[in-house]
Amino acid sequence: MTSKNKKGLSIVMRAWSFFSSVTLAIVLIAVLALSSIVGTVIEQNAIKARNIQVISTFVGESMAPAAYRLLDALGFMDMYHSWWFLLLLCLLSLNLLVCSFDRLPRIWKLITDPIIPLKENVIRNLSIKREASVTATPEDVSKVVEDVIKAKGFLPNINKEEGGSLQVYGHKGAYSRLGVYVVHASILIIFLGAIIGVIWGFKGGLNLTEGSSSDVAYQYGTGKPIPLGFTIKCSWYETEFYGGSDMPKLFKSELSIHENGKEVLKKWIRVNDPLTYKGITFYQSSFGFNPNPTNSWFVFKVTAPGVTEELVWARKNQTFQIPGTQHSATVLDFSPALATDRQTGQLFTYAESMNNPAVKIQYATEKGVKVGWIWKRYPETGKLDEGISLEFMHYWGSQYTGLQVRKDPGVWLVYLGCILMSLALYVAFFMSHRKIWILVQAAPDNGTSTNILIGASAHKNKHSFQRDVDKMLSSIVTRLGGKD
Amino acid sequence: MESSELFNISTFAYILAMIAYIGYLAFKNKGIGIAATSITVMGFIAQTSAILVRWSESYTQWMHFSPDSSFLLGIARSAPLRNLYESLVFFVWSLIIVYLIIEFAYKNRSLGAFVTPVAGLALAFIEMQGMSKDIAPLVPALQSNWLIAHVLISFFGYGAFAVSYSTANIHLIIASTEKKAASYLFWSFTFSLFIWTLLLMTARTLFMPDLQPAQISSFWFWTMLAYPALLFITWRFGLSLQKPLSFFSLSADMLDEITYKSIAVGFPLLTLGIITGAIWADSAWGTYWSWDPKETWSLITWFVYALYLHSRLMRGWRGKKTAVLSLIGFISVIFTYLGVNLLLSGLHAYGSG
Repeated sequence: MTSKNKKGLSIVMRAWSFFSSVTLAIVLIAVLALSSIVGTVIEQNAIKARNIQVISTFVGESMAPAAYRLLDALGFMDMYHSWWFLLLLCLLSLNLLVCSFDRLPRIWKLITDPIIPLKENVIRNLSIKREASVTATPEDVSKVVEDVIKAKGFLPNINKEEGGSLQVYGHKGAYSRLGVYVVHASILIIFLGAIIGVIWGFKGGLNLTEGSSSDVAYQYGTGKPIPLGFTIKCSWYETEFYGGSDMPKLFKSELSIHENGKEVLKKWIRVNDPLTYKGITFYQSSFGFNPNPTNSWFVFKVTAPGVTEELVWARKNQTFQIPGTQHSATVLDFSPALATDRQTGQLFTYAESMNNPAVKIQYATEKGVKVGWIWKRYPETGKLDEGISLEFMHYWGSQYTGLQVRKDPGVWLVYLGCILMSLALYVAFFMSHRKIWILVQAAPDNGTSTNILIGASAHKNKHSFQRDVDKMLSSIVTRLGGKD
Repeated sequence: MESSELFNISTFAYILAMIAYIGYLAFKNKGIGIAATSITVMGFIAQTSAILVRWSESYTQWMHFSPDSSFLLGIARSAPLRNLYESLVFFVWSLIIVYLIIEFAYKNRSLGAFVTPVAGLALAFIEMQGMSKDIAPLVPALQSNWLIAHVLISFFGYGAFAVSYSTANIHLIIASTEKKAASYLFWSFTFSLFIWTLLLMTARTLFMPDLQPAQISSFWFWTMLAYPALLFITWRFGLSLQKPLSFFSLSADMLDEITYKSIAVGFPLLTLGIITGAIWADSAWGTYWSWDPKETWSLITWFVYALYLHSRLMRGWRGKKTAVLSLIGFISVIFTYLGVNLLLSGLHAYGSG
């Protein structure tokens, strides 16, 4: 081997030992934690003025613009996507990977090494140690001991030793030593899923007016249209409110997917219940009111003698006949949120979204013409004549649904990592590799009693194993008829 | 009985229990100790009933607005875990149950004097903030089963962390021998901060219940000046707490173990809390992680406890060093839970309440 090679090797070795150290992990975690704090104080991806205001509360108004420029240059305005934050995450991943590979061979040996009988003085030096004496032969005692530790999940081995003494020993939970490595691996799996999502997925938005459709969504940030590979159509959007209040209860849109001119899927989506088709998911994220009289329709539900709940669609200023009658009606005016002023009794529009929509109707019969408002929220305002009611249902085509559109082919990996992490954390904290050796030997002074010596160890949660050992011992003693 | 009366009974009981536990610590009288436990258990029963009554009230409300919901859906959507008020109540509830389990498991009451003040603080905080106790219908984003899993799991985790905070606190008292030690200075700092907040809130609730929001900030400013004095007193006389504590056969090892065990329970729960929160965000907004302040702070808390675990399990740190880390962890928990809502903005909209 040349000296150059030796040097190269030693650099690799040094890098290996650098990346496998717990100290590096502690430093990285501490730096990640501390730097993350900054990003929660500075509003991420916010407008400049907002953050200058935030910074000025710390350094004063005169210093704020300079501090802003400095922090901006360091990437703190979008810090979780800055090169140095991603570098920290990469270093952490490398650290996790190297330290796992560094320790695994040793751990694997601890798991797979068979358990062997120990000398009495070694047993006496184990961290958990118990002694007892019973009146029974060593053979009878060892049978009971075997039974008891078997019931606790150990696979007992027996060793006949010199002088007629017996050693029963076994271990369990060896694989729990891997728990912490699975936790580490699950972090890497989650990172991998996130990276796949960033590279092959997208996040975008799409506003669809009722009745309209689209083949593309628009990427967040850039606004670039992304072809969906199918057509999505919105046929209805509605906000439901609690009782007679303006508190929203439900935002829902009826969406359908069309391919080659055919409808292949139809679903009402709402917050927390999205629609997924071919890996692309549509989430209910916002809505808006944007009336355009040329493609909006007033929808009424008519009840009249001989007519039950028939829907009538009408445009503004268009006179329509009420089914089952000779009467007609015309929509004269519309308000998305109509209220009555308590003092003056005058009507006014209090919101620019459809919180409490109402239409002004001109109702014509042979007896004459009436004009009045019909509220969607108060169906009784639509009672026109004996047995005739005109319920205002919807101003169709005046609202759009705001969809969040996402494709994330890595999300299943993220979830897999989460599940693995939950299971492995349980194993890592609440299970342990437990070993037990029980030496059963005839008491030296007389022939009738037998001494039991228990030595045990656990690689963690020693106290709970100690309690288990005590239980095992007392059940051995009880089954052999007492005397401790 | 109405839920608000039951809540008042439980608040009163916890404050009484706090006094009794402190009395027990001071006088070492077994009778006082038994009284303290009994009062806590009674407070817990009252609080449990209060939560159930409130749950049934909001179930009735939900069924009124959504009469076609199934029984189970109604139960899930009306779970009293919807706003800051309800979450604080649930936090206290989980803290007390975690504490009672530990008291019975370790047969040691001395922790009570450190745990019940945390409960008292949370309840005083509710009064201090004057937050709304109305049963409000659920906004669309909160109508998710993941919400219930997320909140339940997170708060049991917070309860476990609160216990680790108390034991780490006692640990630092009994393990400190001199006033110049960094760990003792740190302990004085956090403990006086804790006492100061407790005193302030009590004073505010008892003597100044009608303070206007505009006056609150000046109230905070002036009382801020009182903090250094309290810090000095804590630092100067903190060591004398060692004496009453020494009667309770609390070894540093045992406290270290309870601290570790609480964190060993809290950490997986925090992880599950973050995961269920991410799943919920994913189904509601289509993004499982958006680096909003709440998420980021929960991650920071996760990092701090990960640090604790690595330094303890891998580097073999024990005693004061890890106790300091667990105090930092709990400060981070408090900030994740309350600080983010009160000081920073984010998706968890209930903070303004």
